[in-house]
Amino acid sequence: MAKTKEQTLAAERRTKTTLSVTLAIICIAWVLPMVAVIINSFKKNTFVKTETFALPTAESFAGWDNFIKGMTFGNYPFASSALYSVIITVLSVALILVFCSMAAWYIQRVNSLFCKIVYYLCVFSMVVPFQMVMFTLSRTAYVLHMDNPFTIPIIYLGFGAGLAIFMFSGFVKAIPLEIEEAAAIDGCGPVRTFFLVVLPMLKPTLISVGILEIMWVWNDYLLPYLVLDTNEYRTIPIHIQYLKGSYGTVDLGATMALILLAIIPVVAFYLACQKHIIKGVAAGAVKG
Amino acid sequence: MAAKLKTGNSIRRSTRHWAWLFILPVFAAFCIGFIGPFIQGMYLSLCSFRLVSNAQFVGFSNFATALADESFQHSFWYTALTAVVSLVLINVLAFTVAYVLTQNIKGSNLFRTVFFMPNLIGGIVLGYIWSMIFDGILRAYNTSILLNTTYGFWGLIILMCWQQVGYMMIIYIAGLQAVPEDMLEAAKIDGATKLQTLFKVTIPNVMPSITICMFLSLTNGFKLFDQNLALTGGLPYIIQPDGNTINTTEMLALNIFNTFYGSATAARGVAQAKAVIFFVLVAALGLAQLYYTRRREVQQ
Repeated sequence: MAKTKEQTLAAERRTKTTLSVTLAIICIAWVLPMVAVIINSFKKNTFVKTETFALPTAESFAGWDNFIKGMTFGNYPFASSALYSVIITVLSVALILVFCSMAAWYIQRVNSLFCKIVYYLCVFSMVVPFQMVMFTLSRTAYVLHMDNPFTIPIIYLGFGAGLAIFMFSGFVKAIPLEIEEAAAIDGCGPVRTFFLVVLPMLKPTLISVGILEIMWVWNDYLLPYLVLDTNEYRTIPIHIQYLKGSYGTVDLGATMALILLAIIPVVAFYLACQKHIIKGVAAGAVKG
Repeated sequence: MAAKLKTGNSIRRSTRHWAWLFILPVFAAFCIGFIGPFIQGMYLSLCSFRLVSNAQFVGFSNFATALADESFQHSFWYTALTAVVSLVLINVLAFTVAYVLTQNIKGSNLFRTVFFMPNLIGGIVLGYIWSMIFDGILRAYNTSILLNTTYGFWGLIILMCWQQVGYMMIIYIAGLQAVPEDMLEAAKIDGATKLQTLFKVTIPNVMPSITICMFLSLTNGFKLFDQNLALTGGLPYIIQPDGNTINTTEMLALNIFNTFYGSATAARGVAQAKAVIFFVLVAALGLAQLYYTRRREVQQ
């Protein structure tokens, strides 16, 4: 009897080791595409096509040339695209977090007819695909002169309000009213109550929503492509897509270098805030 | 309860007058970014126009043209096929990985980190990475992903799996960790095999996660745009006997985009009508999701 128990334990341990090894192999396969980007970003253009999966040799190694060339490649400086991507993402996410948490709190606490209408419009906007409003939205932005990186955050606030208000509302509901009551008795007006009492309690939600919005805005291609004046302003996804537009003459080595530069901040961000990202994703999925 | 309502009332009374600060900024942006364009889009789907300034009301003829458009029909079936195939593969893979990762194996944190990573990369960049890889492989056979519809299809499926398996895995892990320990224990004591426990105890308990993930991957599939544009851009195309071209790997969202901006003489009313049809489809999926998840909540 004791022996069988020992045997089952040993068998279980063996299964677990096999599973670990299998998963490790799958994981290596999983990162191979990224490895391919790294090795090709150091290869000369013609070798990217012919020897995609070989390590750079003395003949095909390009050093940092691809990165230097990539900076000015495609008739638009990559640094500008990166800068505009950062500006748009930071401004949009900041606007969304501040204004949508305020609106969600107001909606939950005042709960007037107007609030209910806004809330249900928000829920409704979550099921509308971007293609439905894409043409009219880009035209509206053009008419209102909102076609630059400093005004496009307003468009993002409008189009992203639905999910953010929906998520914030769920969490505001869970905050006990008594705390705000106490703040009111202590002499706080609504503004101070919200910013000094409610907002700090919403911190975990702010992080979750913030991460979802960062992932959306940073990677978004179609909205900025249609809204921005792309001769003047590009974001990283627009920049990469424009490179592909000149297919045939395109320098694949330099393109891979730019793709690597586009991925590095994303991976760094992920590794730095992994816990929050995974939590935010789980929360967003369950809500949305 | 009555006391609580009363407390709420005092907050409500004092906050009410602050609408201009708390809700109007968002509402204004919401009107510019969503409500206005949505209403205008609905109206324009009933108009014939190239520029908004010369739009003429034509009733439902745009919808008839859109539904009769062979490229639109093709993109619909292609999208449905892509969505369903990716749904099955993504969910089977994600559930398997999540199940294995919750079995207390070594290195599960590292594995989870790696599997989730591709999800953060944007669709355009993803498409570019994979087109390099597929062309690197297919060059040996003297072809390209842009030349073959079958390769284009499976290429997109592989890309979608790579991107979304990690995401769904996270949701499944959360679900699996919430399965009551004592239920699993009881099954073990009753002599259930691992497989029996999986199908009779674990899976029924994670049904909510499964529903969510299925709907998410289905809507993701239907709304897919960036990856489709960057990987194949709809190529290769075939020319119909009647002179119309069909982009064989073009999905709905890309078909709508191309109808809007594809040619200089584009009939934008038809494109907007297609967009409305697309909206109805996606919204129906969203409402079905809401209905199913709500119903389950009530049952619990």
